[in-house]
Amino acid sequence: MGTETPIVAIGALRKRYGELEVLKGIDLQVQRGEVIAIIGKSGSGKSTLLRCINGLEEFQQGTLSVDGQSLRHHDAAAMRELRQHVGMIFQSFNLFPHLSVGRNVMLAPGLVKGRKGPEAESRARALLQRVGLAEKFDAWPDQLSGGQQQRVAIARALAMDPSVLLCDEITSALDPELVGEVLKVVEDLARDGMTLLMVTHEMGFARKVADRVVFMHAGRIHEMGPPEQLFGAPQTPELRQFLSALH
Amino acid sequence: MVEFSLWDIVRNLLLAARWTILLSLIAFAGGGLVGLALLVSRIARWPGAERGVALYVQLFQGTPLLMQLFLAYFGLSLLGLDVSAWFAAGLALTLYTSAFLAEIWRGCVDAVPKGQWEASASLALSLREQLRWVIGPQALRIAVPPTVGFLVQVIKGTALASVIGFVELTKAGTMITNATFRPFTVYACVALLYFALCWPVSAWSRRLERSLRRGH
Repeated sequence: MGTETPIVAIGALRKRYGELEVLKGIDLQVQRGEVIAIIGKSGSGKSTLLRCINGLEEFQQGTLSVDGQSLRHHDAAAMRELRQHVGMIFQSFNLFPHLSVGRNVMLAPGLVKGRKGPEAESRARALLQRVGLAEKFDAWPDQLSGGQQQRVAIARALAMDPSVLLCDEITSALDPELVGEVLKVVEDLARDGMTLLMVTHEMGFARKVADRVVFMHAGRIHEMGPPEQLFGAPQTPELRQFLSALH
Repeated sequence: MVEFSLWDIVRNLLLAARWTILLSLIAFAGGGLVGLALLVSRIARWPGAERGVALYVQLFQGTPLLMQLFLAYFGLSLLGLDVSAWFAAGLALTLYTSAFLAEIWRGCVDAVPKGQWEASASLALSLREQLRWVIGPQALRIAVPPTVGFLVQVIKGTALASVIGFVELTKAGTMITNATFRPFTVYACVALLYFALCWPVSAWSRRLERSLRRGH
């Protein structure tokens, strides 16, 4: 890696659920603007790793820092600061069903960053336009298709101006014909220089968009490298087996 | 012997019903505030809150309100505190109501999907902001029917305060019966008055439920 300081730095991270160790020493450095795809079987710890980065999961050992700030679980002010730098998009969208689309996008910037009034609204409208949903500002979440809801969730995360965006299997709950519209938005974000960490089952997308692919197996990073290398010439039998099982 | 007209009966019952209403309001307000505090202490995971609140809820759900009234009235005076029937009834009903409401509302908060907590946490909202803007409004909508259902029980439960000498609707009914020897008429009036108190509350609940369901 270059001399630049990484935006996400994870060192020797271990996480246990009781007796069960799900992350067994993870080292990962992510540079600003990098797009990382995390692949692996279910239960390999890939979602857990992602959720450690914004503190949704606590870990027992190791270090994790974002933008040079180390993660401190029991310091509410530090977590609030860190989470303003790290956006997250979920498999199940998790839009706030009692708020209109526009208010979904404006809620957190209003509360956390004190952005209110017409400027906040025009910014929300601009973000919705960016994900192709300018006309849905006053719609309710349950009036939207899954793909549209997920795009609102992306706009909502972007409204906090994150430096890093975590995507946790964001197309897994979508009907096949809706996957493309969401991936298109993510691809645009990647092109605009957003730092992305995404857990995904869309291998074609990972190959096309990712700068680096991380293959996780049994709680460890088993293999890591540029997509051509990982998909073209997998080094370990576990990755070869994983990739062949997809076809 | 003094003759009681129907109007005399109803007028006296209406006067006594004021105390039933007031006692209910005390139970709602006190029980609501204490119940909310118990709920928040549990959600915020204050040390000991989980077990403490569980014990509190078990205690008040597991004993009859009648015993709680007796204990509040006679127990406190045994401790040397001179309590009025008013204070004892208000205290017992507040504690009783708060235990039930804390438990009902906990269920409503638990019914809000976990993803709502995670999404709002990821957006850097504090616990207070999560509760106020994301979890609370969704839990509130679920909470209206069971809360109002319980409050109607409380209105009727205030009748038990008559055992510690508190003259509310039921006690007044008994006293008037003793004077008039017309138990059927008197108790029919008492029942109608309870109905007249409870029914608007239920009707209001249905309206509230509809208005919380946003229109589309």
